Amino acid sequence: MEFRKVLCNELSALMKENEKIVILDADLAKPDGIYPLFVEFPNRCFQVGIAEANMASICAGLSAYGYLPVMVTFAPFATRRVFDQIAVSIAYAKQRVIIVGTDPGITAELNGGTHMSFEDVTIMRSIPDMVIYDAVDDVQLGQAIKQLINLDKNVYIRMPRKVRPTVFNENYKYEYGKADLLKVGTDITIAATGTMVYEALEAAKLLEEDGINAEVISVNTIKPIDKDMILESVKKTNCVVTCENNNINGGLYSVISEILCSNYPAICGAIGIYDEFGQVGKYSDLLEAYHLTPKDIVKKVKEVIKKK
Amino acid sequence: MIKIAREIRALTIECIASIGQGHIGGSLSIVDALTVLYYKHMNVDPRNPKMEGRDRLVVSKGHAGPAVYATLAHKGYFPKEELQTLNKFGTNLPSHCDMNKTPGVDMTAGSLGQGLSCACGMALGSKLSQDNAYIYCIIGDGESQEGQIWEASMFAAANKLDNLIVMLDNNKLQLCGYTNDVLTLLDPSKKWESFGFYVQSIDGNDINEVDKAITNAKQNKGKPSMIVLNTIKGKGFSYSENAGIDNHSMPISAEILQKAKEELK
Ligand SMILES: Cc1ncc(C[n+]2csc(CCOP(=O)(O)OP(=O)(O)O)c2C)c(N)n1
Ligand SMILES: [Mg+2]
Repeated sequence: MEFRKVLCNELSALMKENEKIVILDADLAKPDGIYPLFVEFPNRCFQVGIAEANMASICAGLSAYGYLPVMVTFAPFATRRVFDQIAVSIAYAKQRVIIVGTDPGITAELNGGTHMSFEDVTIMRSIPDMVIYDAVDDVQLGQAIKQLINLDKNVYIRMPRKVRPTVFNENYKYEYGKADLLKVGTDITIAATGTMVYEALEAAKLLEEDGINAEVISVNTIKPIDKDMILESVKKTNCVVTCENNNINGGLYSVISEILCSNYPAICGAIGIYDEFGQVGKYSDLLEAYHLTPKDIVKKVKEVIKKK
Repeated sequence: MIKIAREIRALTIECIASIGQGHIGGSLSIVDALTVLYYKHMNVDPRNPKMEGRDRLVVSKGHAGPAVYATLAHKGYFPKEELQTLNKFGTNLPSHCDMNKTPGVDMTAGSLGQGLSCACGMALGSKLSQDNAYIYCIIGDGESQEGQIWEASMFAAANKLDNLIVMLDNNKLQLCGYTNDVLTLLDPSKKWESFGFYVQSIDGNDINEVDKAITNAKQNKGKPSMIVLNTIKGKGFSYSENAGIDNHSMPISAEILQKAKEELK
């Protein structure tokens, strides 16, 4: 299912249960798939116009009045465009808002460089107590929204709008704060987030052919991160490759390096954006351009294993 | 110029058709303004896109890239064949205008609301360097909901940037619907007047009116200019004009391109 459809369905269900939930949009409700909510709950959905900074601080005011605002826009406009408003009106003032950023990183595709957030994880991570969830697939997203909305925290949900390959089956149970062990292995730990989890699993299959047995972890929330699962895995494999659709500076690579550094030093390689800007292209073109393909992961894994 | 505008419309649609989908509505609404700017008023040289002292244009509603590219190609900045590369991987013509990729594009845009401030900086730079250039800037009506537009407007008036000529593409539509329903600007002319601009409100799809208004704006001294272009989103092609509220971004198939070519012959 399209991720935006999942978002809309889950929000609709949650709004029926919790009358405090309100929706704010900045002229992207149609492409973000939440327009049906404006029809279903006309009094609880607000169109602020193309004014994201205003939207973020309006959310803070609604929160101060006991409402639970969910603001939805493209990832760069949900984060970098309104960073001070999130930091001050929302987080520092201890208000509670759910921030949904759609089409992060290379999933912005043809919208190109201005719309391609490679820094959203990095900057959002620097706000105290902010939860960062990077959606892996439609199955997980549906369950995650429910749990994340009911946390007493500010949450940044990072998700593509359209269809991506499904990773989890119908028996899957998402648990907030926990990572998922998707494949058991002994030679290397591959820790991935968001849409890169699928690529990491494909890489693990290729590695299998080369006799390398990789352990694959889906990180789910980059903050808080499931430190225990990562350390347990690395104590077994003694090396890691991180995979993310974000700048490796300050993203998953940084988070995991920090954990290793102060707990269990081990060699760590990075698949992600090496301090570059975005550009137009289809998902597959961009995967290649930024060296994010399963083949690139395989290459990185081999490099890292050699060093351990 | 009416003929040129028609050719630029056809090229714009061809450009979008090459990738199958794109921002047709907001591209077609400003074709007449772009035509008058590039074929009558702007002091530019397509063989020397970075000419010193040239007039500059900031298309702050950067998603109108296809119309800008069609105009620049028509004017000779680059071959028309290049319009076929819109949004393809590695292209010099990305969906949003990029000054580091496309010859003739003076400012990068795409995150709405920032271009008018950039244009203020250029107008200030031109005053400082006394090169007598005019700085033009096209903003959207939806875009004008961004607070930064008003910060820039205050700045322009306070600094008497009379070399700054802003055009509001008042096409009454934005992405999710009518601007008046999404978040109304009420009367944009009155707003910019109260912000200290010399305001003219005209039919923005009428070449002669646009031409006259720019001439007036250039002669006006002591205040920045605002020309409210009352336009039709998707103007000049029945397929996009009739789609109205749904014409922000539309698929353009080979058949639709054919229809456009016939209509715009
Ligand atoms: C800061 C920012 N927010 C949202 C968008 C997404 N977006 C692109 S075009 C558009 C509508 C623009 O409306 P308007 O300014 O009226 O332009 P036009 O009607 O000429 O297309 C939106 C919301 C964006 N590009 N930048
Ligand atoms: Mg408009």
